[in-house]
Amino acid sequence: MAIRQPDHVFIRERQNSIRTKGRQSQPINCQADSVAGCVSQRACVYCGARVVLNPITDAVHLVHGPIGCASYTWDIRGSLSSGADLFRYSFSTDLQEEDIIFGGERKLIRCIDELVDRYHPPIMLVYSTCIVGVIGDDLEAVCRNASLRHGIKVIPVQSSGFSGNKSDGYRVACEVLLRMVAPIQEMTRQAHHLNYLGDFNLAGEAWIIRSYLQEIGIHVNVAFTGDSQYETLKTAPSASLNIVQCAGSMGYMAKRMEEIYGIPFLNISFLGLEDTVESLRRISDFFGNPLFSSRTEALIEREMAIYDPIIQQYRNRLMGKKAAVFVGGGFKAISLIKQFRELGMEVVMVGTQTGRQEEYDTIHHLVTEGTVVLDDANPSELERFMLEQGADLLVGGVKERPLAFKLGLAFIDHNHERKHPLSGFVGAANFAREVEQTVCSPVWKYLDKELV
Amino acid sequence: MKADKNKVRSVTENPCNMCMPMGAIVPFKGIKDTMVIIHGSQGCATYMRRHMAEHFNEPIDVASSSITETGTIYGGEANLKQGLDNLIQLYNPQVVGILSTCLAETIGEDIGRIAAVYQTEKGESFSPRLIPVPTPGYGGSHAEGYFQALRSIVQTLSKKFMKHNGINVIVPHISPADVREIKRILELMQVQYTLLPDISDTLDSPYTKVYKKIPEGGTSLEDIEAMAGAQATIQFGEAVDDELSPGKYLETEYGVPLYNLPLPMGIAACDKFIELLHRLTQKTIPEGLKKERGRLQDAMVDSHKYNREGRAAVFGEPETVYGISRVLVENGITPAILATGSKSLPLKGLLQLLTSKCEEEALIMLNTDFSNIRSHCADKGINLAIGNSDGRFLTEREGIPLVRVGFPIHDRIGGQRIMTVGYTGTTMLLDQITNTLLTSKLSSYREDLYQRFYVNPVVSNDEQVRRNSL
Repeated sequence: MAIRQPDHVFIRERQNSIRTKGRQSQPINCQADSVAGCVSQRACVYCGARVVLNPITDAVHLVHGPIGCASYTWDIRGSLSSGADLFRYSFSTDLQEEDIIFGGERKLIRCIDELVDRYHPPIMLVYSTCIVGVIGDDLEAVCRNASLRHGIKVIPVQSSGFSGNKSDGYRVACEVLLRMVAPIQEMTRQAHHLNYLGDFNLAGEAWIIRSYLQEIGIHVNVAFTGDSQYETLKTAPSASLNIVQCAGSMGYMAKRMEEIYGIPFLNISFLGLEDTVESLRRISDFFGNPLFSSRTEALIEREMAIYDPIIQQYRNRLMGKKAAVFVGGGFKAISLIKQFRELGMEVVMVGTQTGRQEEYDTIHHLVTEGTVVLDDANPSELERFMLEQGADLLVGGVKERPLAFKLGLAFIDHNHERKHPLSGFVGAANFAREVEQTVCSPVWKYLDKELV
Repeated sequence: MKADKNKVRSVTENPCNMCMPMGAIVPFKGIKDTMVIIHGSQGCATYMRRHMAEHFNEPIDVASSSITETGTIYGGEANLKQGLDNLIQLYNPQVVGILSTCLAETIGEDIGRIAAVYQTEKGESFSPRLIPVPTPGYGGSHAEGYFQALRSIVQTLSKKFMKHNGINVIVPHISPADVREIKRILELMQVQYTLLPDISDTLDSPYTKVYKKIPEGGTSLEDIEAMAGAQATIQFGEAVDDELSPGKYLETEYGVPLYNLPLPMGIAACDKFIELLHRLTQKTIPEGLKKERGRLQDAMVDSHKYNREGRAAVFGEPETVYGISRVLVENGITPAILATGSKSLPLKGLLQLLTSKCEEEALIMLNTDFSNIRSHCADKGINLAIGNSDGRFLTEREGIPLVRVGFPIHDRIGGQRIMTVGYTGTTMLLDQITNTLLTSKLSSYREDLYQRFYVNPVVSNDEQVRRNSL
């Protein structure tokens, strides 16, 4: 592991966003704007909206703005599709200087017409980027007219980058999804159907959960938004229950659907054995069917018999190691703390980009004394606390990975680019294996030896 | 999903370029002790950092002024100043590059003025040099952003300087390994040089016991200051417009003669570079370098028959596309599609001239996207794609193998170590091209011939005869 540099500087505005359990008692500052110049790891409103909506496989996702925003989000995520693959294309109006001066509406209209002509999509989502609001393009009107002209849904996604942070983008996405969902009067409620919110089918994760629930006798009506299509999203009000995996992005959607359609929701998590078992039982209990309960127990018993021994094997090799966590949302951080505990590992630093106050309360409750908790951390803080706390491993995204490696720490990619599932029983075993593969790799011991 | 090739599209589908500020970050990363701040919303910096981190496998720290709704309405000056305060405190840089974005430019932020005001407010003792570069996302591609920033760096930091024997070497966006190779050649030739920008260590830094927030390496400020007194500038930037050209600036402002060369890719371009160094310095060409050249010649002969079957689509930044095209032409590989997302007009002329003696007219596409490139692949009988990872759709959808060169390489490891310049780099690239062609051929020839002559022996049409009898 790298040696800690003594010259760490603190930015005053950041101090209330960093807490050490047992040392400071006042609540952490979160859900605030990033401090300029601090090198935040957060993205923007557009990013949040795009992450949530992009897995809708049969939609044309058209980015209205200069080319960059479309370029940086082209097919970088690991969402899988069972059918359409239009979502893997990157469409942009590629605004030029003259469009900025004279307005981008005419070009946008041409682009929409061309795309309808070429791909005949059932739905088109038009994302606004930073400058669209500034140059005064009326996205709403253009989309409304295009809908009438082509007889398909063309929905504006009001995701100007500066208008908040990534979580505001989640909310924008939820509003768009609510516009896609059909009116309740067209629906008949299905007793054993549920919607699965906040799973983006990364590496087929939504499929794994679907198969578990199917076995119990519960049908996943549609996942929001992993491997979803417009026609199936529309039928969301017919479900009797919403289950929410990623609460950060979809908690709002669940609340709104409860208000509008009277569909109750459960916050669940399929990350780690403990959470998976508990979540399956809670879902099954909700339906109050003894047959479901017995099937659930049979499934749990069978899967645990397969995967628990595997995890125990890894646990023996990982016991006592220390983990640092820096992920997008609070729910994931919470699940990871529990998951590391299953592996006999302690979390010594935990942070999120956009965690909410109540999530930080849970985190505070879960971690041991001395654990550092931080919101919207920057590379300097991550470096400092990983080294100070003696972490052996970091869980994070693409930007954090090279930092961990430069510091000589193991790393787990817990992001949307992942190519193997981390959900459910099989996912828990994959996670344990990945931790073992990185922490116990032979490469680390070659870093310590110096040449004479 | 057939493309209508005759229609000019408004929509860009699967882009072949990125935006200006992305390109502008790179040269700043090649200046010693430098940090960059992007004046715009938080997402721009984060997306670009993510993209670059994946390519270089290095931590990429870039600050943002994090403009919010308030900043958009009332101006982002306060954000930028606070951002500068914080990043200077955290990183203690010698130079700070300030890049604008489409948002900043559209709301009328004058980063030059803000930088000047900031400097004045801080007074005499304030040390980092601030280099503002206007880089609106709609102003051009990342390739133009790169040279825009490089030119601003030279304009800001160079000053009237005593004449000396040094040679300025200005490089386009090439890999850290390429920069190292060019430096090795300069050192072999015993040339006194300043290479700008030097990303060889900063964006491919070795593991060290103590982590540094700003990696060691990069061109020093003193060296950049002295560029105005150099004997000559060699710039690998034939496709660069004069107003973006740092070498042109040094020539017109300080009378430093400019030699604009193609990247040393392919034997002729390497010769040009070495011969120019020899002419300028009168240093003898070392035996070792001559042997490298001989090995390239040997490799060209060894693989020429396989290469003749190659029909390539090349895409990427202008200088890279030109360099690769030169390698193709020298080796008898058909340069069937030569494409870039940039609007570089000089590139068009260069490629036309280069391919004018080819049997078949090359399809040259500026300001294009991957959908366009893909739509011509079948017609052109493309069996080889050369360029960055974004060309992977050509493999996935058209079955065309991709030789990865350029930026970004995000689906393979080691983008920072891909070396394609010099005699040795050209040899390595050529081997890779040949082996890619061989892999395709060896994996399919048994089945192809079985189908063609045993299962279904029909009379070939003219086109097949022409292709197969090459």
